[in-house]
Amino acid sequence: MGARLLSFAVRPVNALLITAAVFLLIGSLQSTIFAQQTVAGLAQGAVYGSLALALVLIYRATEVINFAQGELAMATTYVAYQLIQWGVSYWLAFFLTLVLAFAIGFVTQVLVIRPVMHKSVIAVVIVTVGLFVLIDGLVVWKWGGDIKFMPAPFGQQVYHWGGVAVARQDIGTILLTIATVIVLWALFQFTKIGLGMRAAALHPTPARLVGVRVDWMLAIGWGLAAVLGAVAGLMAEANQYILQPSLMQAILLYAFAAAVLGGLESPAGAVVGGVFLGIFLNLIGQYVHFITAQLRLPFAFAVLLVVLLVKPSGLFGHRRVRKV
Amino acid sequence: MTALLELQDVEARYGPIKALHGVSLSVDEGAVVAVLGANGAGKTTTLRAISHTVRRTGEIHFAGKPLGRRNAESVARLGIAHLPEGRGTFSQLTVAENLRLGAYTRRGSLKADTERVFSYFPWLDERRRQQAGTLSGGEQQMLALARAFMQRPRLLLLDEPSLGLAPVLVTEIFRIIRELNESDGLTVLVVEQNAHLALQVATTAYVLEVGTVALSGPSEELQSHESVRRSYLGY
Repeated sequence: MGARLLSFAVRPVNALLITAAVFLLIGSLQSTIFAQQTVAGLAQGAVYGSLALALVLIYRATEVINFAQGELAMATTYVAYQLIQWGVSYWLAFFLTLVLAFAIGFVTQVLVIRPVMHKSVIAVVIVTVGLFVLIDGLVVWKWGGDIKFMPAPFGQQVYHWGGVAVARQDIGTILLTIATVIVLWALFQFTKIGLGMRAAALHPTPARLVGVRVDWMLAIGWGLAAVLGAVAGLMAEANQYILQPSLMQAILLYAFAAAVLGGLESPAGAVVGGVFLGIFLNLIGQYVHFITAQLRLPFAFAVLLVVLLVKPSGLFGHRRVRKV
Repeated sequence: MTALLELQDVEARYGPIKALHGVSLSVDEGAVVAVLGANGAGKTTTLRAISHTVRRTGEIHFAGKPLGRRNAESVARLGIAHLPEGRGTFSQLTVAENLRLGAYTRRGSLKADTERVFSYFPWLDERRRQQAGTLSGGEQQMLALARAFMQRPRLLLLDEPSLGLAPVLVTEIFRIIRELNESDGLTVLVVEQNAHLALQVATTAYVLEVGTVALSGPSEELQSHESVRRSYLGY
């Protein structure tokens, strides 16, 4: 992850990204509406990107898409809601939720994924689908299916810069996501446990032979993915202003598209894919008139389909180097 | 000398197929012991049984204690480094990360060891940031040895270190193994198809045939043994 973030050789992907950034910059300078939609898209993309990153973390470690990732994120958002109901302040509840999310992800891996992990890929997939249904049911049973409200984490202010209106909430979401990704990246890149986790995910057998406790590393990976999901869930709630059991269902689909767009194996790709998708969908919605809110999701899937047809390994995907 | 490693009647199977039919062998502390045998004789499986990367039964004692049901991770933490067939390179990680993983179970500074590794293999220093999978076969074998050195094991299990390497490299690798054995007292159990070379480095050798020990003894004795000469040395 790190090497790919840092080394910036001129590859087609980088050229494409620079072109896109320049396009967005020029567009934003030309038109205030364009700028406004770009920033809002960036915030939505940050949420997609966080959840996509969670999917990629699990995919790298377990080689399976965790279909329950979105519901897990939604459930942890309800945990935060409950804490706030009990009188905990928003930000304290936020960080407590991250800790609890880690525990939930960790325990989920140990209790339901580990027993089937070595059976078959399809067994794990079915378990994650089962988890989806189970979590959804538990949340409705505990909190009901009606709409809940949580305080706005960043307030309701809107800034005006030269005619461009930017919600404080959007800025907050973007900065928080950047901070989360940086912390996570540093954890993986610079700490011993991060190295152990990468080794366990990419090369489990040699990792065991040097004494890495592979099973624990995978459980920690699930914990971290749940933390990312919790951040995504809380920011999604803040962007939508309401909390309901279907909070993450559409977002999970966008996150799939983002992860595939970036290349399922690439953490950086997931984040970039999410951001790209968020901005792209917003701009398309603004400027292409027949694409209404109802067409947003199908359009995301059109993107996914094109990626799979044209470059199945995604923007940041690369064929694994293997020499024996 | 006391036995650092002792195998008694070890059996191992891959699903329904039995690969080891009761192997017993012992490795003295500070010795280099070779395991010879034809393809499919159970050489690799013997090493896997020790590191517990295959299902096995029977008694294995390391430094006087039974390994029992300890999993691969905890066997490694006891000080047994297993370099598997195909070298077990962390191919998607960098050279430096491979070395750090070697020292994964250790605490404290790695500086002295890293410097020593670079004195053996100066090219590793220049390629610290290179993805390990892009190294050549010989380079990966040396990286694997360097990684095992970083692990500071009491016992090194080496699986076919000469496989697929140019003769010059093979000689170099065995020279380093011998040096580590002589200067650091590293105990080595090496599986090798190149019997000629293995018997030169090893003090003792075992010959496996269809999952059981057919012959064993000091290397010089085996070197002059009629059937070993004919089957494995080729003269």
